[in-house]
Amino acid sequence: MADLVQLLVSGCATGAVYALAAMGFVLLWQTSGTINFAQGEFVMLPAFAMLAGLALGLPLPLAFLASLVVAALVLGAAFKRVVVDPLVRAGVLPLVVATLGLSLAAKHAVRVGFSAEAQPFPQIFPEGVWNVLGVRVSAADVGTLLVAGALLAALHLFITRTLFGRSMQACAQNPDAARVLGIDVAGMILATFVINALLAACAALLVTPVWFARFDMGEAIGLKAFFAAIIGGFNQMRGALLGGILLGVLENLAAAYLSAQYKDGVALALFVLVILFRPEGLLGRAEERKV
Amino acid sequence: MSLGLTRAQWLAVLAVLVALALLPLGLKRFGIYMLSLWCVFVVAGHGLNLTMGYAGQISLGHAAFFGIGAYASALLVQAGWSFWLALPAAGAICVAAGLVVGFPALRVQHHYLAFATLGFNVLAWLFFRNEEWLTGGNFGVRNITRPALFGRSLDGDLAFFYACLALMAAASYATAWLLATPWGRAFAALRDNPIRAESLGIDIRAYTLAAFALGALYAGVAGAFFAPLVGYIDPSPFHLTHSLAFMMAIIVGGAGRFFGPFLGIAVLILLPEWLRGISGGALTRIAQEWYLVGFGVLVMAMVVWCPGGLLGLAGRLRRRA
Repeated sequence: MADLVQLLVSGCATGAVYALAAMGFVLLWQTSGTINFAQGEFVMLPAFAMLAGLALGLPLPLAFLASLVVAALVLGAAFKRVVVDPLVRAGVLPLVVATLGLSLAAKHAVRVGFSAEAQPFPQIFPEGVWNVLGVRVSAADVGTLLVAGALLAALHLFITRTLFGRSMQACAQNPDAARVLGIDVAGMILATFVINALLAACAALLVTPVWFARFDMGEAIGLKAFFAAIIGGFNQMRGALLGGILLGVLENLAAAYLSAQYKDGVALALFVLVILFRPEGLLGRAEERKV
Repeated sequence: MSLGLTRAQWLAVLAVLVALALLPLGLKRFGIYMLSLWCVFVVAGHGLNLTMGYAGQISLGHAAFFGIGAYASALLVQAGWSFWLALPAAGAICVAAGLVVGFPALRVQHHYLAFATLGFNVLAWLFFRNEEWLTGGNFGVRNITRPALFGRSLDGDLAFFYACLALMAAASYATAWLLATPWGRAFAALRDNPIRAESLGIDIRAYTLAAFALGALYAGVAGAFFAPLVGYIDPSPFHLTHSLAFMMAIIVGGAGRFFGPFLGIAVLILLPEWLRGISGGALTRIAQEWYLVGFGVLVMAMVVWCPGGLLGLAGRLRRRA
């Protein structure tokens, strides 16, 4: 029983990080119809930006802030301007291919330019294990869960309660109507790209101390984020959250009780079940087929 | 069948084939090996070009089909089968796998399909790595023997190159023939507008499944040749990253163009080896290290500025001249 609780807590912590990456993914899809296959690299690059900052002698908080700025500019604004804008009218597939190219280029640029080896990353939470009513939970898991939870809650409040966030939602639901109402649609879309980049940088801060910084770390995170988003429902932010947590927890349980070797297959199994029986995702709405 | 080629064009094709057959005579062992590899990958590339370029079904699991074909033929040959029986068996297994993977394509499209095929690749790779009793896990299958044909051993590098070249020629002819039949037209209709195709009486379910099964068949046959060519297989060449590379090679060459795979695969695997072969000044070393970065950027540039791939670019330049 104690083991189970421990598995649940660490599963939720991992899942919350998946959810952070998946959330940005869903945001991009909602407002601009962009499928970003380089989402994993959007987590990997800030991790290396932070390492570069640390190497320059910055303390971690400053390095993190610097990486947020760089991420917002490069992975948010420049990505939208250079890659997405010319392609967004051409449909979904060209963007998929272009972001795959981006992911390949980013990965190998880091491999050649930085290092092919895993780089250690400073711990952001105190090491140690707490004993709560006989259940052992690690401080890092609880810390990750709290930070990711706070970020997701803040994002939710921002989108549902502020004028800015509501305008973003309006653009996602009906860009023409939003434009008629005087909303700066292009600006709102840019904002979602920046938010996506910021979320990915936060995910990098949470996940890199555990996984280490490696040029190909984005592959696993990107995949899990995609699957989390689809399992939960591609057009629902709550869906990304549910999908991420569900995935993190089930992976942990499967690794402990079924087979550690097929842990990575859990996401797939869930995904296949979802697209066979509920293609719109657990919380999603069906999208109509357009001619 | 003329396949719409004039007599002069047929002669040109023949001349290229003869040139390809003579080329290895001036090459060392490694050069012959790379050319054989190119032939094998072009066959797999034709398959992906059919599924994705012509029928418009995005497939990010091509390396998995390739791997299934390679493992199936290697294991059957090791179990005592003749290669020439193992080859169709590997193809049949891949067709079955292609139908299974194509099934979700009937329910979902576009990005969902990308994820479904990508997931299939991850699963197949986990299977190759974890099921040691069958695949040898990370140790792989060693000492895969090359077959003999009509009593002549294909063990030599040159002999096996000719086998690969013959395979490529046969697969290319089959592709050209298929594209000239109503099937080929129906695939294009499926890609361009599935709903319209359906209203014209094309059974889009059957054609979607056929597109996947055919693509898988090509990949499986290519994989069956890949195993004896390299002599040793482990899970690494069948990883998801190689499926993505396959797809990008098709895009770079020109998706939905017959000669696209020839060019795209050459850019993907021959060009970096050629760069390595040039005895290196600092510049070639840099070019070689940054090759994959450049390839990724090239893919992006292609989609943004030139969706027809390098072949489309060549056509555009010719028209302008």
